[in-house]
Amino acid sequence: MLILRCPYCGICADETELTPGGEAHLTRFGPGSTDEDFEAYLFLRQNPKGVHIERWCHTCGCGKWFHAVRCTATLEIFGTYSAQNLRPPPDIIEAIKIRRPDWGGFHK
Amino acid sequence: MKRYSAFAIAREAISRHQNWERVWAAPEPGKEYDVIIAGAGGHGLATAYYLGKNHDIKRVAIIEKGWLGGGNTGRNTTIIRSNYLQDPSAAIYEKSRSLYETISQELNYNVMFSPRGVMMLAQTEHEIRGYRRTAHANFCQNVETEFIGPKRVKELCPIINIAGPRYPVLGALWQPRGGTARHDAVAWGYARACSAMGMHIIQKCEITGICREGGIVTGVDTTKGRIRCNRLGIMVAGHSGVLADMAGFRLPIESVALQAMISEPIKPCMDVVVMANTVHGYMSQSDKGEMVIGGGADGFNNYTQRGSFHHLEETVRALIETFPMISRLKMLRHWGGIVDMTGDRSPIISKTPVDGVFINCGWGTGGFKAIPGSGWAMAELMAKGTSCLADPFSLDRFREGRFIDESVAAGVAH
Ligand SMILES: Cc1cc2nc3c(=O)[nH]c(=O)nc-3n(C[C@H](O)[C@H](O)[C@H](O)COP(=O)(O)OP(=O)(O)OC[C@H]3O[C@@H](n4cnc5c(N)ncnc54)[C@H](O)[C@@H]3O)c2cc1C
Ligand SMILES: [Zn+2]
Repeated sequence: MLILRCPYCGICADETELTPGGEAHLTRFGPGSTDEDFEAYLFLRQNPKGVHIERWCHTCGCGKWFHAVRCTATLEIFGTYSAQNLRPPPDIIEAIKIRRPDWGGFHK
Repeated sequence: MKRYSAFAIAREAISRHQNWERVWAAPEPGKEYDVIIAGAGGHGLATAYYLGKNHDIKRVAIIEKGWLGGGNTGRNTTIIRSNYLQDPSAAIYEKSRSLYETISQELNYNVMFSPRGVMMLAQTEHEIRGYRRTAHANFCQNVETEFIGPKRVKELCPIINIAGPRYPVLGALWQPRGGTARHDAVAWGYARACSAMGMHIIQKCEITGICREGGIVTGVDTTKGRIRCNRLGIMVAGHSGVLADMAGFRLPIESVALQAMISEPIKPCMDVVVMANTVHGYMSQSDKGEMVIGGGADGFNNYTQRGSFHHLEETVRALIETFPMISRLKMLRHWGGIVDMTGDRSPIISKTPVDGVFINCGWGTGGFKAIPGSGWAMAELMAKGTSCLADPFSLDRFREGRFIDESVAAGVAH
């Protein structure tokens, strides 16, 4: 059972309270973009075995979407932060680097 | 390869069954092969087999990081059916189902294919319409299915509760030629046949890199050193994204956990496979008497082969209403596999941006049934560069908006 801290209401919520929303920080290409960009936005995913930056919704709580960084190979959670951020905040980047020194870093 | 037969059992009895030939050889990797297959699951092994049998390409190595058949091929609930909605799906799944009918004889290895019939329950008005539509589509595709009413459902499966309060059984899509097979035996049977053709199955050897020169594949790096090849077929299910990353491209795939469980063995009580897609649960009885139960996949990216407990709860809760008699059964084991999900819930059998690299993945929750057909198509694609069964499933269908949408057709795949 995953337990994630909701950065809005501060509650440590069980997975059953939450809805997963897939990879975070995608660039949303719209009409007028190239086929490649549109395909990448809609379908192509990092799907890493390791550090994954992802969206979650606190469905059965405050109802807000937020971001989490989690290891898909161990289910370890490095931290959560609000969906207003366009990239993971420095303290979370630091937390990941301590635990995963060979992590390739955040790329957009 | 010594053939298995009743006579062989008698012959080996003389030496107290101590001298049975090894089922497949365990060679050290060579320096170079014509084709390397990544992943000794059902799809990888079947592809190798048909490369040899249909296309006479036998300098093949199948490289497996764990043990052969230890991935999803050895973790699934073995449902075999071909009652899909879209024409390309019907073609490849029906090819596969029909190959299952004769594969035991062909491989001289009993895969215990049991065409006991698969029933997909309609428990809402929407499902009735959906399955009637599928039955019509199947009629045009030469796939034998039939929409049956609740009375017939009860006759075929007496332990079903037709009048469930929340989700009464309103009918079912019935495929009498669907069924189950023994999953391990499928992998073992193909492995034995590949080994007999002189192919190398190399276990406990992980692929760690894909070598390229000028955009063309030249080999793979493994935990047993570099091995060269002209063509590489990637068939690693949940790990497809990891290998695609080694080759420098991304896939429209997310890896999630799918779980299943099995009850204590009981007397024979159900001789069909039942799937209840609205409530997300399905069940069959194994030859040993255990009830084999599966449900929906988890929602988040996961490589740990451990799923979330509440999904098991949901599955069991759903099935107890439809099968009240299972409410007192003890569950013996549960397990998970990492499945590779695409957006349209159809597989990818395709060339890739790297010349010489082919990929077969995205079977998600439903690729066991497809092993023979997928191997057949993938081998043709790798040998000839094109295959009428495989071509609709190419990678570029996502960019072109040419989906083979099975997610609306079934709700769950399996
Ligand atoms: C719980 C569950 C229930 C299911 N139920 C059904 C069902 O009822 N009917 C149905 O049709 N399908 C079902 N499926 C789906 C089915 O099991 C899969 O689609 C199918 O087995 C995939 O076969 P494969 O050969 O592609 O993959 P796998 O059998 O997973 O084989 C891939 C292999 O690649 C290896 N590998 C990975 N990375 C590397 C590397 N770097 N180097 C070397 N080797 C590597 C793995 O170790 C693995 O052995 C189910 C799946 C699960 C998990
Ligand atoms: Zn909250």
